[in-house]
Amino acid sequence: MSNETGFGRRALFMKIGMLVNGAVATALAVPIVQFLMSSVTRGRADGYLSWVSIGRVSDFPEGETRLATFRNPYETPTDGKTADTACWVRRIEGDQFQVFAVNCAHLGCPVRWFPQSGLFMCPCHGGAYYRDGSRASGPPERGLFEYPIKIEDGVLTIQAGELPTPGPNAALATEKPPCA
Amino acid sequence: MRVIGSIGDWFEHRLQLAAPIRDAVEHPVPRNTASWWYVFGSAALIVFCLQLATGILLALVYVPSADEAWSSLQTLNYQVAFGWFVRALHGWGSNFMVAIVLIHMVQVFLFGAYKYPRELTWIVGVFLLLTTLGMAFTGQIMRFDQDAYWGLGIGASIASRVPVAGPAIVSLMLGGPIIAGATLSRFFTLHVFVVPGTLIVLVCLHVLMVLKLGINEWPMPGRLVRRATYERDYHELTRTAGAPFVPYAVVKDVFFAAFILLAVGACAWYFGPFGPTGRPDPTIIQTVPKPDYFFLWMYALLSLLPPSLETPALLIGPVVAIAALLLLPFLSGEGEKSWKRRPIAVLTVTLIAMTLGTFTHLASYAPWSPHMNAWSADPVPERLLRGSTALQRQGALVFQAKQCRNCHALGDGGGERGPALDQVAVRLTQDQLIRQVIQGGGNMPAYGKNLSPAETTALVAFLGTLHPANQAPARDASRELMLGTTGTEARADAPR
Repeated sequence: MSNETGFGRRALFMKIGMLVNGAVATALAVPIVQFLMSSVTRGRADGYLSWVSIGRVSDFPEGETRLATFRNPYETPTDGKTADTACWVRRIEGDQFQVFAVNCAHLGCPVRWFPQSGLFMCPCHGGAYYRDGSRASGPPERGLFEYPIKIEDGVLTIQAGELPTPGPNAALATEKPPCA
Repeated sequence: MRVIGSIGDWFEHRLQLAAPIRDAVEHPVPRNTASWWYVFGSAALIVFCLQLATGILLALVYVPSADEAWSSLQTLNYQVAFGWFVRALHGWGSNFMVAIVLIHMVQVFLFGAYKYPRELTWIVGVFLLLTTLGMAFTGQIMRFDQDAYWGLGIGASIASRVPVAGPAIVSLMLGGPIIAGATLSRFFTLHVFVVPGTLIVLVCLHVLMVLKLGINEWPMPGRLVRRATYERDYHELTRTAGAPFVPYAVVKDVFFAAFILLAVGACAWYFGPFGPTGRPDPTIIQTVPKPDYFFLWMYALLSLLPPSLETPALLIGPVVAIAALLLLPFLSGEGEKSWKRRPIAVLTVTLIAMTLGTFTHLASYAPWSPHMNAWSADPVPERLLRGSTALQRQGALVFQAKQCRNCHALGDGGGERGPALDQVAVRLTQDQLIRQVIQGGGNMPAYGKNLSPAETTALVAFLGTLHPANQAPARDASRELMLGTTGTEARADAPR
């Protein structure tokens, strides 16, 4: 009788059963969600960034910009060639360096350096940058991404490990083009 | 014969499927729906089945590993018998599927089929369009060549612009800090399990609703849809002017299915598979990445939007577009169905089609991108140098060597990012040319730091010759008045 009203023994068991299932699901969800989010949490907690060497200072002639490559510090066994990364190294003079990501600050296509005109040009949407990485023209809202650099015992190292993306504040980082 | 019958009975006793199948097959549809306009839905389904079959075949050889995916495609192309053909079928099948789904959607929209009581069929259809595009995008990544690699970079750059959550979304999308092994694995999971699984469920719902609610009758101008009477009228229509779905209406679907499969097969046979382009090696930067055709319009949009509008357009545009599609049946769930009396509907479709078509066409030659090799590959047309002085020729050399040609056309060759310069001397005076070259502006970089005074003089001397024979170069009248004339041509024209 009381079954029909929803307050009987069976109805109670049904509710307890649902509750137990809910509890088990929650318990299982904790590690599963952590698994799913691992690429995010690791990036924030430990950080993917570390210092990598990209060559001796003497490898880069003064006043020139050269392409250098390095192996991404964080890699997995199946990465293959994709963990190799390129960057543009500009040696201004002496120990003064600038190291730029090849990724365009617009949408990440690889920019090419043209020493004759002193410009980086992007093949995708036509962004262009001056030799110091500042924006020259086209759709990018800022200059090229620059890696932090350090020189130790004549070796040039950069802090790298994450794909540079323009991020939500792309517009805020706008640099004024230098007056030529 | 009796044995087959009894085996059939044995299964039927357990499955009890005969009655519902007979109902579905024989359900009456309005006679006028047996039209060639009504074949696109079933064609999309047929191509989807082809994609499932060829996808499974490809998975027999394909290796979803960043290190080996590209090589396994080479194996498919060159080592496995007809591997190239199965790849081509899958690639062309995807192109056809996107196209057919879009045509189907336009037809359904123009025929008012989204109106009461088929609102949910339309909404599920919108999600089917999204999942189809999802399959197309993730499929392009399966190719894991340079286009796929840099396409992912573009996707990540767009995702990074989401306020607050941007960086987290990028990490989640890439499965790590960079585009690498984990990225391909998760896009493989999406392309092979998650999205097709969703697609199958949605297709079943979509078809189920078509069976339950009946095929949309041919729209008659003036016959309005009203909630109170529509279903009664529809049943009356199928009772008096109906015919069983099989074989009456399905015949055209059957022939069109064969035609579409033949068309996919012919394209695959004739044009072959797509790519892969170069190895996905991020250190090879001599690449010009381009999306597949169904995303070309977006590629154009991203180049042409003003920078300040780009992030809002990228993040808000899709939300608004999807919301508009989902709300459509609620905003106009009743009333006129026929396109003949819905001019705004027709105009909307025409406008969207023309916009997408124009953007796609523009993207096919990308006038906004510098031609990276123009400076060393396209010669200065000989006619422009005939009778020129040593200084002007030196200027032509500077023009090439400083990569001006990458953005500016002369004759037929050169980039289209900036204006063609064949007649620049008519538009700009010598002083204006010098200022433009040195300071840039109007989306042109400043070359002041990269040109010596001698180079600038030579370059401007060359640019000053670029005018038609019968049209004098621009001159600065006020300057002539104040300082007296310079240059022979100006002196001849100057008022005395």
